[in-house]
Amino acid sequence: MYKARLFASKHARGYEITYNFLSPIIIKTLKAIQVISKSRLDVPITWLEKQIKGFLFDCQMCGNCILSSTGMTCPMNCPKTLRNGPCGGVLNNGNCEVNPEMQCVWVNAWRGSRKMKNSIEIQQIQFAVNHEKRGSSAWISLAKE
Amino acid sequence: MKESIKINPEFIYHPGNPLPEIEGHVSCGRFERILKGGDFAVTTELAPPDSADRTEVFHRAAMFNDVVDAINATDGSGANCHMSSVVVCALLSHIGYSPILQISCRDKNRIAIQGDILGAAALGISNVLALTGDDVSSGDHPEAKRVFDLDSISLLTTIIKMREESSLLSGRKLKEPPRMFAGSTINPFVPPIKSRVLQLEKKIDAGAEFIQTQYCFDMPMLVDFMAKAVDKGLTERAFILPGVGTLASAKMAKWLRKNVPGVYIPDSIIKRLECANDQKKEGQKICTELMQKVKEIDGVSGVHVMAYGQEKYVAQMVKDSGVLGDRKPWAPMNRY
Repeated sequence: MYKARLFASKHARGYEITYNFLSPIIIKTLKAIQVISKSRLDVPITWLEKQIKGFLFDCQMCGNCILSSTGMTCPMNCPKTLRNGPCGGVLNNGNCEVNPEMQCVWVNAWRGSRKMKNSIEIQQIQFAVNHEKRGSSAWISLAKE
Repeated sequence: MKESIKINPEFIYHPGNPLPEIEGHVSCGRFERILKGGDFAVTTELAPPDSADRTEVFHRAAMFNDVVDAINATDGSGANCHMSSVVVCALLSHIGYSPILQISCRDKNRIAIQGDILGAAALGISNVLALTGDDVSSGDHPEAKRVFDLDSISLLTTIIKMREESSLLSGRKLKEPPRMFAGSTINPFVPPIKSRVLQLEKKIDAGAEFIQTQYCFDMPMLVDFMAKAVDKGLTERAFILPGVGTLASAKMAKWLRKNVPGVYIPDSIIKRLECANDQKKEGQKICTELMQKVKEIDGVSGVHVMAYGQEKYVAQMVKDSGVLGDRKPWAPMNRY
């Protein structure tokens, strides 16, 4: 949802606190589930992740989640799927050159990152998406690490 | 004009590294030597032809003789289809020019791009510019599939890995690495403006050794951007060549501003064009003045002149600006 996505970047600090609190709990729970059920629950967990992150961030299930490094803004919503910052075509009002109705994902990401405690994280070089992971759960990947 | 370009046999029979290796240089190209030698460099852009005729390429390049150190061959600029950048660069490097291969992430995935880099290096191309690329919707094939498998920073990472580790992204080893001087672009004139210097830093961290900027028509914005880059020590780590351009008329300037994403032209420039008797001449005068002003900015290593459709005026503008001093860049005719 576009509005929820904009809300996330506006309140990136709140999301960061929640993320930092919830993420270890989710990972630990999933690790336990992995031990008990092996991979049998992967499908419903992936579905659940898709629903939650889809609503909050317009998550595209790339399977390479870097939300916490990009100002709580999913970079896969950029029509060019850029993962390292804006392109040079951002319109003067801060909107996207491809979809002029939409705010530039990286303008939002930048705004969000300024509000976060770990604001420097946006400077991390992110290599291109591993397309083999498309559609898979980033949570389960983390739990399996 | 076309007949006067003689081909240096050395470059035909021994395509590959055009100049002997020098320690501390990553490429064997002339462009890197000019920048590392501390000269103020001038680069420009060649629009690859809509033609299968190679003499058209030579003809277009010859317009820049004696005034530029390197020529960017655009890669489907504006998402419009033209002759490929690799081929234009190969043709140019074979007669001794120093072309800059532009690679846009729009049209090719990582497999095709790495193949192109290897092929380009084998053909003696010594410079490469990593670009995101304009979106397909702005070009003449809006129905095409956009690729964007890599972005400009992932592309830089790829080029550096191939060159420094002599391997492909897959880890498979290369017998001979592509020795290419790597660059990228930055647009300091569009939002998010405050992040642009950090974006520059990120590109330099990823391995960019030279940076060409989008059109600069707003000098105070560039001065501010460069001051921040100098403060962060970025101008010590990469050569920065701000982009300047010429506007044919106030009408064209307004069209560019409205229709080409990423081009920022302040009202003052448009007003100046509107008030001029000869708008085309005034546009060239603005460009010449911008070059002179760019040269005075601390941390700048050169200037990148973009004159799409007005290439024939580049030589005169560069000469008028005096930015080259007494230096005369290499051109095929100087040799014969």
